[in-house]
Amino acid sequence: MDNFVEGLTEVTCDVLVIGGGTAGPMAALKAKQKNPALNVVLLEKANVKRSGAISMGMDGLNNAVVPGYATPEQYTKEITIANDGIVDQAPVYKYASRCYEIIEELDRFGIRFQKNANGDFDLKKVHHLGTYVLPMPNGDTVKKALYRQLKRERILISNRFMATRLLTAREGRIAGAVAVNTRSAEFLVLRAKTVILCMGAAGRLGLPHSGYLFGTYENPTNSGDGYAMAYHAGAALANLECYQINPLIKDYNGPACAYVAGPFGAYTANSEGKRFIESDYWSGQMMQEFYNELQSGKGPVFLKLNHLHPDTVGEIEEILHKVERPSRGRFHEARGTDYREKMIEMHISEIGFCSGHSASGVFVDEFARTTVPGLYAAGDMASVPHNYMLGAFTNGAVAGEHAAEVAQEIDLPDYDPDFVRLERVRVLAPTRREDGIPPNQLEYKARRLVNDYLQPPKVTAKMQIGQARLADVREDFETALVVRNAHELMRALEVSSILDCADMAAHASLYRTESRWGLYHHRVDYPDKDDDNWFCHTLLSKVDGRMTSEKRAIQPYVVPIETEERSAYDRLRVLNQA
Amino acid sequence: MPLALSPTTVPVVVDDAKCIADKGCTVCVDVCPLDVLRISDLTGKAYMKFDECWYCMPCETDCPTGAVTVNIPYLLR
Ligand SMILES: Cc1cc2nc3c(=O)[nH]c(=O)nc-3n(C[C@H](O)[C@H](O)[C@H](O)COP(=O)(O)OP(=O)(O)OC[C@H]3O[C@@H](n4cnc5c(N)ncnc54)[C@H](O)[C@@H]3O)c2cc1C
Ligand code: SF4
Ligand code: SF4
Repeated sequence: MDNFVEGLTEVTCDVLVIGGGTAGPMAALKAKQKNPALNVVLLEKANVKRSGAISMGMDGLNNAVVPGYATPEQYTKEITIANDGIVDQAPVYKYASRCYEIIEELDRFGIRFQKNANGDFDLKKVHHLGTYVLPMPNGDTVKKALYRQLKRERILISNRFMATRLLTAREGRIAGAVAVNTRSAEFLVLRAKTVILCMGAAGRLGLPHSGYLFGTYENPTNSGDGYAMAYHAGAALANLECYQINPLIKDYNGPACAYVAGPFGAYTANSEGKRFIESDYWSGQMMQEFYNELQSGKGPVFLKLNHLHPDTVGEIEEILHKVERPSRGRFHEARGTDYREKMIEMHISEIGFCSGHSASGVFVDEFARTTVPGLYAAGDMASVPHNYMLGAFTNGAVAGEHAAEVAQEIDLPDYDPDFVRLERVRVLAPTRREDGIPPNQLEYKARRLVNDYLQPPKVTAKMQIGQARLADVREDFETALVVRNAHELMRALEVSSILDCADMAAHASLYRTESRWGLYHHRVDYPDKDDDNWFCHTLLSKVDGRMTSEKRAIQPYVVPIETEERSAYDRLRVLNQA
Repeated sequence: MPLALSPTTVPVVVDDAKCIADKGCTVCVDVCPLDVLRISDLTGKAYMKFDECWYCMPCETDCPTGAVTVNIPYLLR
């Protein structure tokens, strides 16, 4: 294993789904169910059995719109307000209208959700305004349940293949993808009529405070390959300056997690044990207050549970130490921290791109279509804001159905064999060198520069220095990178995506000359929100080989927002901090 | 620019006495999202080859004999 093997195989299918984490399996299932005659391939860098953010399971649905608790209108309104109004509501509304049907389907798959004594779903309030959190007592079964369905529908699964670039036909339509085996470096050319990108967040952009490259909030297989591939294929990416930054357990870098512990009475506190934010729901405005407290004399910030009854704490531990990030209990144990006695130190995460928790990503409409014909995106890498797990499932379903409909109507597009030849040269270049710089060093340096120059508070001159320094690293990547086996080659290709994402982060951040979304886009030299000039999306894309940004108008709201409602998320600081 | 060996202490340990890789098991290698586990040519047992771990635990949870223990990577501990 891991030795280089020369080789190239060509495979043809109707619908190609790339990324078998959360959105991908659902997209593949729905495409196949829409038309069982279609050939659907699910390509995965890791192993679909245990890949993606939900590798071990999940503690709950963070954004369930369930009749009796909330309406699609209320949800659309809350998400619009939480994102400073920069939202195309059609995809959000569509998600909100369809997600209940997906919850019922997941329930039938065997992933059971919490119900009350009457047998109704038992939701909890965590958001600032509405009630949307639905616990999953057997959340550890998610992956197994999905896998069973994939086998039942006879979806073709290709594990341990990392997609590197998309293929396009002459007129710009999508034609497939190129992938490399992560254990042998053999090439796979996948021709397809439609392609759905489900490659998760760009989770390896900033460097965690621990300095450990893989100690990220996101599953580190999600290195931003999807963003890079979409960019190089000519797709537009929306609002990338709206980073993801999360409040986490310091060093462990996993969720604290107020969504689980909050409904039991736990909360985020300062060093005096006092509450300083009104709502623990993650938003840019909340993160700004978190950051301010962290930097103040009342910092750092903690998760406070030690005021709760020990039995309640036990109940919370039962959830937090079992499912989503089960090594968390070991982390606390090794440090001798007990929730019953001490508050848990928290910190903010490294930066990343992720619409799951934030709002940026490959631009999609309400059918999950990108701006490239035949190319779809769903989950954390697509631009539907605050998507979370249920958004990945629901929009994966939307993408799968639409991609199947299109695939049955069109012929297989041609691709340019010369493109594949050049891609092989690019990918294999570091295998041809005898010595040079290994990928782990290049990665460390690139991500350290991201922290030093690109994370907020954002300063124009610093970001420009960052761009220049990152360009030097890119040059090293192109001229001196060396890999000794197929595993290192995968890491090297990931660095290529990380560098692309870092460039996009800098470019998008410099373009929007205002501050918005709280900490996510806090520009110190443009400290104010400027609705006159910037109440719009920004779209980044590759035009004539160059990175370009432009404004795009926000589509007229489907659900109107009253002026006095607009600022609800601007008032998150607890006023009377007595 | 020759490469040097920089040692690290790995977070995941396998109990050789319990590991049945020599009987054909590769479960932990198969499921690891970061693909950092391998079967050793020398011992015929599973081991952590690359220190690139998300401390996520499928390897430990899915091992049929309870041979795997996931510790928190030293830099985070
Ligand atoms: C620690 C954590 C806790 C969370 N808790 C909750 C929660 O309690 N509730 C909730 O609703 N949401 C939660 N979320 C968010 C939710 O899990 C995600 O929004 C959702 O799972 C994202 O789905 P996805 O399909 O976009 O990405 P993923 O499920 O991460 O899947 C992406 C897949 O793409 C694959 N891939 C990446 N690059 C390539 C490539 N080049 N080629 C081929 N394949 C590739 C990856 O291996 C992976 O399998 C949490 C997220 C994290 C990280
Ligand atoms: S899963 Fe367990 S028994 Fe199987 S190879 Fe890994 S350590 Fe050995
Ligand atoms: S804890 Fe996760 S990343 Fe680490 S070896 Fe086990 S499965 Fe792989």
